[in-house]
Order: sequence, then structure tokens, then C-alpha cells
Amino acid sequence: MTSSIPPAFVFLVAAALVLLLPGGSRRLLVPAVPLLGGINLWFVWQGGGALEVPLLDTRLTLLRADSLSLLFGLLFHIAAFLGAVFAFHVRDRLQQAGMLLYAGSALGAVFAGDLITLVIFWEGATLGSVLLILARREPRAVRAAMRYLVFQLVSGLLLLGGAIVVIGDTGSAAFGHIGIDSLGGVLIFVAFGIKCGFPLVHTWLTDAYPESTPTGMVFLSAFTTKLAVYALARGYAGTEVLIPIGTAMTAFPIFYAVIENDLRRVLAYSMINQIGFMVVGIGIGTSLALNGAVSHAFNDVIFKGLLLMSMGAVLHQTGKINGSELGGLYKSMPQTTGLCIVGAASISAFPLFSGFVSKSMVMSAAAAEGYWIVWILLLFASAGVFHHAGIKIPYFAFFAHDSGIRTREPPLNMRIAMAMAAILCIVIGCYPAWLYSLLPWEVGYVPYTGSHVLVQVQLLFFSALAFAFLNLVGLYPPELRSANIDSDWLYRRLLPGAARRIEGAVAALSAFIREQSTRGLDRLFYAIAQQNRPGGVMARTWPTGAAALWILVLLGACLVIYYV
Amino acid sequence: MIATHLPVLQVAVPLIAAPVCVLLRRGDYAWVFTTVVCWGLLAIAALLLDQVMSGGTISYRLGGWAPPIGIEYRLDGVNAFVLLIIAGTAALMMPYARQSVEQEVRPERRHLFYAIFLLALTGLLGITATGDAFNIYVFLEISSLASYVLIAQGRRRRALTASYQYLIVGTIGASLILIGIGFLYAKTGTLNIADLAVRVPALGETPAVLAAFAFITVGVLIKLALFPFHVWLPNAYAYAPSMVSAFLAATATKVGAYMLLRFVFTVFGVHFAFETLPLTEILLALSLIAVLAGSLVAVFQSDLKRLLAFSSVGQIGYLGVGIGLASVTGVTGALVHVFNHALMKGGLFLAAGTIAYRLGATDLSALHGLGRRMPFTMAAVVIGGLGLVGVPITSGFVSKWYLVQAAFEEGLWPVALFVLAGSLIALAYVGRVVEAAYFRPAPPDAEPVGEAPWAMQLSTWALIGGSVYFGLHTDLTVVIAERAATVLLAGAP
Repeated sequence: MTSSIPPAFVFLVAAALVLLLPGGSRRLLVPAVPLLGGINLWFVWQGGGALEVPLLDTRLTLLRADSLSLLFGLLFHIAAFLGAVFAFHVRDRLQQAGMLLYAGSALGAVFAGDLITLVIFWEGATLGSVLLILARREPRAVRAAMRYLVFQLVSGLLLLGGAIVVIGDTGSAAFGHIGIDSLGGVLIFVAFGIKCGFPLVHTWLTDAYPESTPTGMVFLSAFTTKLAVYALARGYAGTEVLIPIGTAMTAFPIFYAVIENDLRRVLAYSMINQIGFMVVGIGIGTSLALNGAVSHAFNDVIFKGLLLMSMGAVLHQTGKINGSELGGLYKSMPQTTGLCIVGAASISAFPLFSGFVSKSMVMSAAAAEGYWIVWILLLFASAGVFHHAGIKIPYFAFFAHDSGIRTREPPLNMRIAMAMAAILCIVIGCYPAWLYSLLPWEVGYVPYTGSHVLVQVQLLFFSALAFAFLNLVGLYPPELRSANIDSDWLYRRLLPGAARRIEGAVAALSAFIREQSTRGLDRLFYAIAQQNRPGGVMARTWPTGAAALWILVLLGACLVIYYV
Repeated sequence: MIATHLPVLQVAVPLIAAPVCVLLRRGDYAWVFTTVVCWGLLAIAALLLDQVMSGGTISYRLGGWAPPIGIEYRLDGVNAFVLLIIAGTAALMMPYARQSVEQEVRPERRHLFYAIFLLALTGLLGITATGDAFNIYVFLEISSLASYVLIAQGRRRRALTASYQYLIVGTIGASLILIGIGFLYAKTGTLNIADLAVRVPALGETPAVLAAFAFITVGVLIKLALFPFHVWLPNAYAYAPSMVSAFLAATATKVGAYMLLRFVFTVFGVHFAFETLPLTEILLALSLIAVLAGSLVAVFQSDLKRLLAFSSVGQIGYLGVGIGLASVTGVTGALVHVFNHALMKGGLFLAAGTIAYRLGATDLSALHGLGRRMPFTMAAVVIGGLGLVGVPITSGFVSKWYLVQAAFEEGLWPVALFVLAGSLIALAYVGRVVEAAYFRPAPPDAEPVGEAPWAMQLSTWALIGGSVYFGLHTDLTVVIAERAATVLLAGAP
């Protein structure tokens, strides 16, 4: 049996149902949808079907099932299921509708065979995701959601504009390889880049995601950026400019992540870092690199989801998420601690955990193509990942100084979701053949060779050593300058030194950029409001005489222009 | 035999029906009668469009007098399409009219209201159907005078000043058109448009033709309410009775767009207007300012009807963009937008009217929590609003698609950018309405309100549903508009 129901439809119909159903059945529906969708996806997989509907003078391909889209389709189903189980206790209709709309739109975009369908679902994903930020229902979150919306809508408009140019140029709406040789190609590239978190246009991610609900951020981390990765892999594989962009993405967030106090924001920076690896892989464009990129996207969704779930659980249980306010939670949340460490090991690419089998592919591809500087920078970034995500997250949340917080393990559904993600991390890490068999391009890659394992273990070992050393001599950055850190042994010996001054400068720069972009937007809005609000010069009712006079002036102007 | 007389019936039926309404002397009788007339007009318009699409241009000699001496009604793809829009919106709005008018107009004036409504309809249909330049002026005055009266029926006293301002500005516009037509008549000795289309280009760039062109375009732009000639529009739409706001928003400016197309493309010719004279630059500059300024002002309005009115100023800018680009794609976009905007904005004003019917106010602050209290009406507002933004699946997307494509065809990058930026701003003002209705709780002392009467819902949803239907099925609109645009750009008939 085969199916040609677009996977998005299952989710979108359910999103509409959520608006009608009462509380109890609604809660059951949300995790059931990815399962039903999974069954549908299985049948789609069997049939490899395509669905086309006519619109205007073209045909929309709502379902294009090939190995690349199916892999991301599977990934998004897994992510939606994990996220839905994690959010099972949520009774908020807005969040539930947002989750389904968001996941459904992301799936729709992945299976879109043409640019118009892509635009439609691209905007749908924007809408669904912004609901998840708004659902926090705090003024801070609403403002962040508005700034987020501006970025996402600009991305959508660029995509639409680019699509129109491309269709005008080529006469075909098909979404295949695009390249940046044409105007439309550049527009679409920038549109994807914004969603992907390219440097300088990444601020929406670190600004808005940590403002979302504890469950919302798990969803947010899975779809938007990975959708952009998929779109880049589809349209811009082998575009060389992606290599420096991706390398920058892996490197610069390290500095911010190390000094950031909000642990979910640390993970947001870490997302950009991980996406950087994928972008480099897409830029290199060999089949090994592309496989590395998409398999790393696959693993990243799961281990980043796991880390965010554990931090979401902490936030849910304690109401706090700043590293300086947490610590010592392993006593009251041992299970969460263990699961978080699995995620940390995976993101740090420990052998036998999932990150290892995919990240090393990208690095091997960089080495194989002779990008040695890139390779060294990626190595540096890998060490940084271990630093801020592998050690910092579990260390400050669960160990470090005892904050005195005593709480309980999170609800069962949260632990189940985390456990499932952890199992996936380990299974993929131990049996990479399963993941490799799904990859779209030919794989001849063996992750567990002596040199791979040795390089990685050395890297991790020295990175850990560096962390321990910095900690012991008191050079490790406190989580935030202004935060009042109640430290005992850790910060007793605060040595004034050059290292600290650099950190201070980076912290100030980070704050400056974030503040200026925020202020700038707010100021622009104010200036526009002055002109246009009721009573402003544009909105006032002009006196009739003035109106008549203007008409005559313009008539005169027209006459002059025509005669001259 | 009656089929051959359809062109004149399209205009004569409402003209004769108006005094009949006066004689009926009762509001409810007049409503029934007007409804029947409007649906009859829709049937006529549909038959005419069918005839034109299958058989080509129809020329009807009024009273058997041959043009160019006699008055000719001349229907091609362009005006047959506009006739359908006018008659269609009027017919679809009639179920709505009864209760809305009962609430807003005093009993002894109701039958007169319908009579004047029919006169306004006569004027609009007449402008569109006639093939005679002076006849256009006559019908323009009929529709304008009737509109002034209709707007003045609004319940708030500001309706009177709004109507007065429209009267002054509208009269100036009509006078300019008349002067322009006068110049043309003096130089060519003919008033028949088809005849003018042959003779005017032959005159070349004489001062009289240039003056005629300036007077007529400025006059028509006033009727079209293109920025900065829009001053009359926001107040007129905001303070008129709900039914009138909706009807005028859906039809009056659209007829303005038709007049612009007819005079510029048919009478003066594409070459004269766009190549000899810089009409493209003028129209694009004004239109793009209209798109931005109108939409931005709408964002900051505190009243739903005024918000919609300023949004119309912005949307009219899109029509100007399409016409100004003067390509088949651009004019197609403009014509499709004429159709789509009539549906969307008509439906939105009807929905605003139902809110006023239940709440007595359309302030955004009065809308708090209305998403739950009037779910169907607010759903219509949201769908219509998404159409204004140009979200795919709604018909607004189709029009913007063609406009952006047209801009790219001409290599006019910034224009496309402005059109898309306009969508973004539209999202902001639609977002404000959604926020008020869905994300703000109703004030605790709010009186319970129910959904609007089903007849009012029916009209609202007919228009809003239409805007979605024609977003998905573009065969009718785009095919007709494309043919009409080709006819217009080909020049003289």
C-alpha cells in the first residue's frame, strides 16, 4: 500500500481540530498526530508518490518524496513526537495549535516540490513558531516575538521575491538546485540564510528562542533552522561561499556562549555553532560532506532537543534558568541530570554517541578537499562545543556550587521524552549503519577508525583539561558580569588579567549589538508612529480648502511637466 | 430579442427602478424590489460578459442612432468585467442591507435610501457601459450626487462634513474631467470614445490635447482616490452607513480605475501617455507613496472602519502600480486586483458593519475579546485581512503575484520591493485587529453580544468566501483580465 497524502496535511488538519476539541482529547491528539503522520510517512516511503495540484498557470507539487526530503520528513516526525510527549502536560490551546501548525508547515516545506509551495509553508512555519514565543505571555516575550517576526517575514518576502524572479527567468517553479549566479538565486539564498542564522542575521535566534515557553523552545530548535539547512542542501549544495559563512558560524558563537548566563541562550548560541558544521558541509558539496551535513542535522535535532528538554525541565521545575542561580540540582533531579549528560556527550561528539558519527564526516570532508584552515577552525569549534555545551550546561545546572534549590524530577511525560531522545542518541552513536542507510548520497564512510577516535578523544580530553584548569585558577568566566554570583571556591581567586578584559569586551560587544538592534527597531517604530498616528500629518483630515488647493497645484504641475 | 437590448437594460433598469422605489413608500417593499433588481442586473451583467467573451465587442446604438452622432454603449472585455463586479457586489450585499439599513436609517427615509442607492448603481453601471465621453461625465455626476446623499445618511454628524468634503472635492474632479472632454470635443468634434481613439492620436502633441490629458487624468485620479487625491476617502468611508461604506469601497474607486484605463489606454493611447508623456513615472511615484503612506496610517488607526478606509488608500496604490507599468502583466494585475479588492474590502466593510450593528461601535478597544463573542464575523475579518496582506490561497496573493511579476518584467526592482513591503505593513494593521479581537480579554463589564443576524453573515461570507474561491480558482478572473489587458494595450478598438 502506498500513500500520496502530503505529511503536512495530517498535522494541519489536527491543528484545526485543536481549535475545536475540548481539553482532554486535545492533549491526547497532539502526540498522536506525529504517530499517525509516521504511518502515513511509511506508506509515502513505500510509494515515493507525488501529488500535484493546479494553481494559476502552474502546478504545485505538494509532495515530492525523494531520499533527501524523506530523511528530513522522518526527522521532523521524530522531533514532533518527542516535543509533543515532552509537552503532554501543556493544556494551552495556543501552544498546541502552534506546535502542530509549525511542525506541519515545516513538513510541508520539506516535501514541497516547487517554490510557491515552499513559500506558502515557509510563511506557515513563521506563523506557527511565533505562536510558541507569544505563548509565554510576558511583555518581554511579546516584544521578542515581534522582533522575531520582522526577521522571519523579511525572509519570507525575500523568498517570495526571489521565487518570482527565478520563475520569471527559467519559466519553471520547480525547487531544485538554484545557485547564486542569478538575481533570484541570491534573493532566495539570503532568505534561507536568515532562517539558517547566518552571522549578523542570527540575532533573532538568540533573542527570541530563549523567551519562548519551556516546551516551545524544544520545538523551535528542531524545525526552523533545520528547514533552512534542508533548503540550502537542496538549492545551494557546493556553493563555496557557504564554507566561510559556516566556519564563522561554528566559531563566533563560542565566545558568546561561554559568557552567557541564561542556559537556554547558551544552547541557542550552540545551535548556531552546530548549524555552522552543516553549512560548511553543504558548501563543500561532495557527497561525503553533504551526507555529513544532513546526518548532523538529524543528530543535532535529537541531541539539541534532549539538552533543551533537560533545561526546559529545569526551568519548569525551578522557574530559573540562569547559570548563576542554579547548581547542585543533581541531588533532587538525578534522572534529568543523567539524561542531560547523554545529550552533552552527544553534542560534544564523544565516541559511541550520535554527534561523533556525523560531525566527523563533515570534518573528514573538509580535510579530504584540502580545506585545512577550515578544518583547524572546525577543530577549535569542536573543542568550544564541548566547553560550553558539553560541560558548562550540565555543570552549572546540576553541579557547581549548591544553589540550595530542592525540587523534584519533572513530570513523567518529560522524562519519557528525554529518555527516548537519549536512547536515540546512543543507538545512532553505536549503530551508525542505520542512519547511514537512510542518507541520500552514496556513503563509504567508517566513523570508528583508530585515528578518528583518537583525534576526538584527545580533543575532548584537552578541552576538559582546559576547563578544569581555568576553573581551578579562577579564570573561567563567571556567567555574567552583573550577576551576583554566590560562589565559594570557584570564584574566590578572581585574578584581574588580560583574559578577563577580553571577556569584558566581548560581553560588552554582545550586549551592545543586541541592545542597538533592539533600540534601533524600537526607535524606527516610534518615528513612524509620529507621522502616522491619528493627528499626525499623514492621518489628519485635511481642510477641504487645502485639499482643493493641492488638487490645483498638482494639476498645474502636471501641465508644466507635459508641456516641458 | 431581448438579448440584443441587454446593454441598455443594464443601465436603464436601475434608473427606472429608482423612482419606483420612491413610489413604494415603505422600506421593506423597497428592499425586496431593490434586491430583485440587483439580482436581475447581475444576471444581465453575467450574460453580457458571456457574450463578450464568446462573441467579441458589443456595440449598442441607443435609440437606433448610429455613432458617432448617437450615443453608443460599447462593451469589450474590460468594461463587461467591471460591470460584473459592480452588479455582483450590489446583489451580494442586498441580503445584508435590510437589517443594517433598518438600524441606521430612519423609517420614513428607507425607501428613499434604496432609491438613491439604485441611482448610485445606475451611475456606476452607466460610466462603465457607455461608449460616449460626455455620457461618462453625466453618469459620473449621477453616481457622485447619489453617493454624497448616501454618505450623509451616516448616524454621526461627522457624516455630513465628510459628505460635504467629498462633494467639493468630487465636484472639482468631475469638472476637470468635463473640461478635459471639452478640449477633446473642441479639437475633434466627436464625443464617441471609439471615434476619439482614432482622431486624438492623429492630432499629436498639440497644447489642447496635452491640456485635455492633464485635466482628465487629474480628475480621474481624484475619483480613484490615488494619493494625494485621497483626502475625501477616509472620512467618507468611515462615517457613511455600513452598507454604503461597503458598496462604495467595493465599487466606486474601481470605476475610477476603469475610467483611468479607458481614457489613458483607449482614448489617448499607450504610446502618447507612457512614451511621449511621463505618466508611468507620475503614476508609479504617487502609487508607491499611496501604498506605503496609506498602509502606515492604517496601522495607527484606532477605529476599524477608518483603518479599513486607509487600507483602501494603500490598496488603490496597487491599482496605480499595475496601470502605471503599462504592460499586459501589469494591467492584468490591476484588473484582477480591482475584482479581488472589491470582494475583500467589500466583505471587510460588511463585517465591520455587523460589528457596529451589534456593538454600536467599531473602535479597536471595543473589539476586545470579540473573537469568542462573534466568532464567525471575526473569522471573516481575519480571512479578509489575510487577503489584504496577500497570503497565498487568498485572492490578494494572485493580484500581488501579477503586480510583482510585472515590476520584475520591467526591471523595476524597487517597485516590487515596495509592493512586498506594503504587504508587510498590511500584516501589521491586520495583526492589530487580530490582537484586539483574539488576544485581549473582553472587559468584565462588557454586555453579552451574540452573532450577527444570519442574513448579514450571508452577505459577508459570500464576499469573503468569494475572495478565497478566486484565490484558488483563477480561471475566471485572470483569463478575463488578461484578455481585457491585451485589448487595452492593443489601443484603438
